[in-house]
Amino acid sequence: MREGSAEGARPRLEARGLACVRGGRVLFRGLGLAVGAGELLLVEGPNGAGKTTLLRVLCGLREPEAGEVRWAGLPLRRAGMVFRASVVYVGHAPGLKDDLTALENLAVAAALGGRAPAIDPREALARVGLGERAHVRAGALSAGQRRRLGLARLLVRPASLWVLDEPLSAVDRAGAGLVADLLRGHLDAGGLAVVTSHAPLGVPGERVRTLRLEGGAVTEGAA
Amino acid sequence: MAWTFLTTRGLDGLAARWAPRLLAVSALLLVAGLYGGLVLAPTDEEQGEAYRIIYVHVPAAWLSLYGYVAMAAFGAVALIWRIRVAEVMMAAAAPVGAAFTALALATGSIWGKPMWGTWWVWDARLTSELILLFLYIGVMALRAAAEDPRAGARAAAILALAGVVNVPIVHFSVEWWNTLHQGPTVTRLAAPAIHPAMLAPLLVMAAAFMVYHAGAVLLRARCLLAREPAAALAEEAA
Amino acid sequence: MSAGAAGAFAALVRRDLLLAWRRRGDRLVPLAFFVMVTALFPLGVSPERAVLATLAPGVVWAGAVLATLLGMDTLFRSDLEDGTLEQMLLSPLPAPVLVLAKVLAHWLVTGLPLVLAGPVLAGALHLPAHAQPVLVAGLLLGTPALSLVGAVGASLTVGLRRGGMLLPVLLLPLYVPVLTFGAGAVAAAAAGLPAAGHLYALGAILALAATLAPWAAAAGLRISVA
Repeated sequence: MREGSAEGARPRLEARGLACVRGGRVLFRGLGLAVGAGELLLVEGPNGAGKTTLLRVLCGLREPEAGEVRWAGLPLRRAGMVFRASVVYVGHAPGLKDDLTALENLAVAAALGGRAPAIDPREALARVGLGERAHVRAGALSAGQRRRLGLARLLVRPASLWVLDEPLSAVDRAGAGLVADLLRGHLDAGGLAVVTSHAPLGVPGERVRTLRLEGGAVTEGAA
Repeated sequence: MAWTFLTTRGLDGLAARWAPRLLAVSALLLVAGLYGGLVLAPTDEEQGEAYRIIYVHVPAAWLSLYGYVAMAAFGAVALIWRIRVAEVMMAAAAPVGAAFTALALATGSIWGKPMWGTWWVWDARLTSELILLFLYIGVMALRAAAEDPRAGARAAAILALAGVVNVPIVHFSVEWWNTLHQGPTVTRLAAPAIHPAMLAPLLVMAAAFMVYHAGAVLLRARCLLAREPAAALAEEAA
Repeated sequence: MSAGAAGAFAALVRRDLLLAWRRRGDRLVPLAFFVMVTALFPLGVSPERAVLATLAPGVVWAGAVLATLLGMDTLFRSDLEDGTLEQMLLSPLPAPVLVLAKVLAHWLVTGLPLVLAGPVLAGALHLPAHAQPVLVAGLLLGTPALSLVGAVGASLTVGLRRGGMLLPVLLLPLYVPVLTFGAGAVAAAAAGLPAAGHLYALGAILALAATLAPWAAAAGLRISVA
């Protein structure tokens, strides 16, 4: 019975016994984690430790060599559309078309969400500080502005799980403040987040748990 | 447990035990079949001794199709149930099947010289066989091009399945094209009402090729497993 | 299809058409290639009317197949590079529907111009006028099938560094039936024979490709983004 009620169940991301191999090398094995409502899991580790790979596994873009990821108690493969409706991923690639304007890019992202956007794309642009640049081609925006435009997806797509890969790269101090605001609002509303970052996120410590990947070893603890 | 062959180590053990036996059996069958076909079988009234190449050509053509279907079946298992062993078997089956296809093409071409006075005719069957070889080459090239062997095997499996849909359509289209351009087809690979003394060695040769196929695929699977320590690594990680 | 899926389908088709329009120079390459390949035959074989007329069905169809092939690698490549492809696969909407949207936009931009140019080029090769309707009908049925099958190949090679080199090797054997039926239809019509059988076969191939290819391409894309 529990299996069928994914939509009503409390959002919870769990993983058990995850193993990933890349380039003939085991990135990690036996990795387990759990993230509940209002929690942020900060994934730390040196370059090449498998942080991005882990994030891609957690949002279902990549299959682990072993183990499984569960969303609200259901394995990702079974949770399918329910899970994908609940997750927004902002990765290294910006997910933007250089030849489309900021607004056009965001409108397509909203349409791919499959339901009405949480807020109007124009308003989302204003909130990430791109209100004036709505009709500028994404290719003509600066690196920091492109990052903000990618983050604006978090506003138009109503999702309970945010998976963010280095959201602070290329943004200025104001941009970092924006990311902190977005994350705090999301967590306060009962959202979940899995984030990698080299810089402090500005999120209250009691909400954050860390997972450290290093040379295949995994350690977990509070920040 | 009976299902241990589903692990890479289990497959390795199975292949170590069976590949030599199968290859030995196929060698025996091959000797018997060739003796039957080249010595015992009567001379053909119309084609003389030249027809004897069918004892290689026809079983090779059969095996080229059988090998393709086997490869695609392993691919389907690999995609649906995500069984790593099936990925390895699919990858191992591709070059063996391609070799039979090349053999069928070469013998068909050699047979064409005395029959039609030319090394190559755009006959429906030979043309289909050539396209089949291209499909095999595509599967092998795609698998080899991927950096991650698992991703390569799964991509190649999708291509192999697309080929399975394609092969009968190719055959049908080429047959139709052929009749349009050349009138009734000129080849009769299996002569109508073949004499039993001619048929028996043909079947023995087909059996020899099939057993060889199984043995060679298992042997290649062992080689692939030895070359990819990552596979075993991941299984240990599980 | 749900309202959400229909909306996303339309948004994706519109997006790709808009992108094609903003880079319209690039999108003309397959068409230019089609014209040039066709022009090689009078130069390379013979400008004689009778010779060209017999070659015309095969030349036009082979040109259309090669031109489609040339444009196929671009179908998913830029989407993979800028990360919009992974966003597409993370959408709650079924990936085969989104693939179908991309193929439709791609065909409108690269396939449809080939259908329109086909009779002009065939006329230049002295194809009898009464065979022209069959050529157009065949191209209308055949080029979408080429785009659909091409999407499967493009989905499998998009993640590879030299995928563009590999793609023709994967696709040409899969394109053989469309070529033989398409050229066969025109040749039959030119000879005054009925061509309906060939066209039915092309229609069947299109139906089969439209049913299976989006699923296969979606599965291929999942492998390529991983």
